[in-house]
Amino acid sequence: MAEPRYPGGQPKFETRDLKAGFGSTWVLKGIDLKIPSNKVTAVMGPSGCGKTTFVRCLNRLHELTPGAIVGGQALLDGEDIYAKNADPVAIRRRTGMVFQKPNPFPTMTIYQNAVAGLTLNGVRDRKILDQAVEHSLRSAYLWDEVKDKLSDSGASLSGGQQQRLCIARAMAVEPEVLLMDEPCSALDPTATAKIEELVSELKKDYTIIIVTHNLQQASRVADYTAFFYLGKLIEFDETASMFENPKEELTERYITGKFG
Amino acid sequence: MMTTNGLSGNSGRRRRVLNRLMNVLIYVALVAAIIPLLAIVGEVVIQGLPQVNLGFLTGLPRPPTVPGGGIFNAIEGSAVMVGLAALIAVPLGVGAGIYFSEWPESRLSFISSFTNDVLAEFPTITLGIFVYLVVVLTTHTFSAVAGAIALSIVMIPIVARTTEESLKLVPHTLREASMALGVPRWKTVIRIVISTGKSGLATGILLSIARAAGETAPLVVTALWSVYPVTNLWGPTGSLPYLIFYYGLSPYQTWHGYAWGGAFLLVVFMLGLNLSVKLLIGRRFAGVRAEI
Repeated sequence: MAEPRYPGGQPKFETRDLKAGFGSTWVLKGIDLKIPSNKVTAVMGPSGCGKTTFVRCLNRLHELTPGAIVGGQALLDGEDIYAKNADPVAIRRRTGMVFQKPNPFPTMTIYQNAVAGLTLNGVRDRKILDQAVEHSLRSAYLWDEVKDKLSDSGASLSGGQQQRLCIARAMAVEPEVLLMDEPCSALDPTATAKIEELVSELKKDYTIIIVTHNLQQASRVADYTAFFYLGKLIEFDETASMFENPKEELTERYITGKFG
Repeated sequence: MMTTNGLSGNSGRRRRVLNRLMNVLIYVALVAAIIPLLAIVGEVVIQGLPQVNLGFLTGLPRPPTVPGGGIFNAIEGSAVMVGLAALIAVPLGVGAGIYFSEWPESRLSFISSFTNDVLAEFPTITLGIFVYLVVVLTTHTFSAVAGAIALSIVMIPIVARTTEESLKLVPHTLREASMALGVPRWKTVIRIVISTGKSGLATGILLSIARAAGETAPLVVTALWSVYPVTNLWGPTGSLPYLIFYYGLSPYQTWHGYAWGGAFLLVVFMLGLNLSVKLLIGRRFAGVRAEI
């Protein structure tokens, strides 16, 4: 693989020979990747290339699946999250995750969903919660649409609104990294556009890693792109230059649509 | 007349006739299945309803051939023993069900879950005899406590199984959303999983109570019978099923009346519980029907 171009400064995440799989099969085979801070990095590739597995390793969600296996290191701000004495719960509080299909908690109201990360972790002060609700819903571009119905069920919103609620919920915990696993794949184009706009805004305060199989989305939204294929990292570069001038043949074939 | 792919061509009329025949057969089967239920409920209502009045519900059994009286002892006894059994069975059953659902990968979970399913199908008389040996013989007395313990053993597998199935219906993505927020696993289970599956849990508990209320064999060898209201949990205690069994088989007309009245109350209780379950299931996707 050609030497990737990284911006200066310490990478937010750095993986060293990160492997993951199920049972006795490795799905992710030794990934060495540096994710830059305060930028949007897209993780891209055809189905089955390991992109979702990779991202789920970054918040130690992968190991919750029965039969999951993990190896190698992943350094968040220089510290290995897979170290023996590392606390997965603490790590997950620093990384927020948004899933492919919006998953607001059905037994909670919009208000409760937005601050679920706080209330489930013991925050009770009503004033703090009220502020957090408004702040996170505003940041997710959802406040104006729901401010008069905060006590409605979380599931009563449209798909796009539910996904923005999930983003608000992830952000209320004030993580440093936002991991997004194909967040727009279940949404219509209008909702997708709103979320992409949101992502561009958020990178000022967060490091964002977004999994996508949509080339156009990567070029619209991501500063950097990592191209995965069959569990290996093929190429990592600034999005614009990867798309105009891919250095690996596989990358070039994928981008020009020779396989999908 | 065969077409090239082997399908018979002129099947139009035969198909319609066959379809008609099948429909008729299905209706016959339906009627055959419903008739016994309607006959039983009908007979119980016809014979039992006239027996029920305030005196019947509050009075105690009179000697044979003496009219009047009531079955308060049986009603109270059943309520006390089923209530006590629920107090034991619900925490244990729900706890077991949570464990089977949320930690399925452990070997203990696998073995216990299997054992649980076997226990659910066990002949209840053997459960009763077991409690007789362990509790009645050691305490030298028939008792409400022994009866409650026997009923709880009947209830636990039902509660555990419906709890497990209800919780398994909670989408996995909700657990992941909670864990991804940095919520520890036990809190995720309690605050998210159980909360989402709670109507299924309630269903299981109600159904297990309905089942326990009607069990006779275990009570025959643990609580036996008493014509008095419950004053002491460590003495023999009356119950509706035992009343029906004992008084129903007696040669006395007045005692048959008590048995029919008792049967009527029991049937009303079961129907009432099952109706509540239907209402609960109707409200949420996470409701589960248990096979009892």
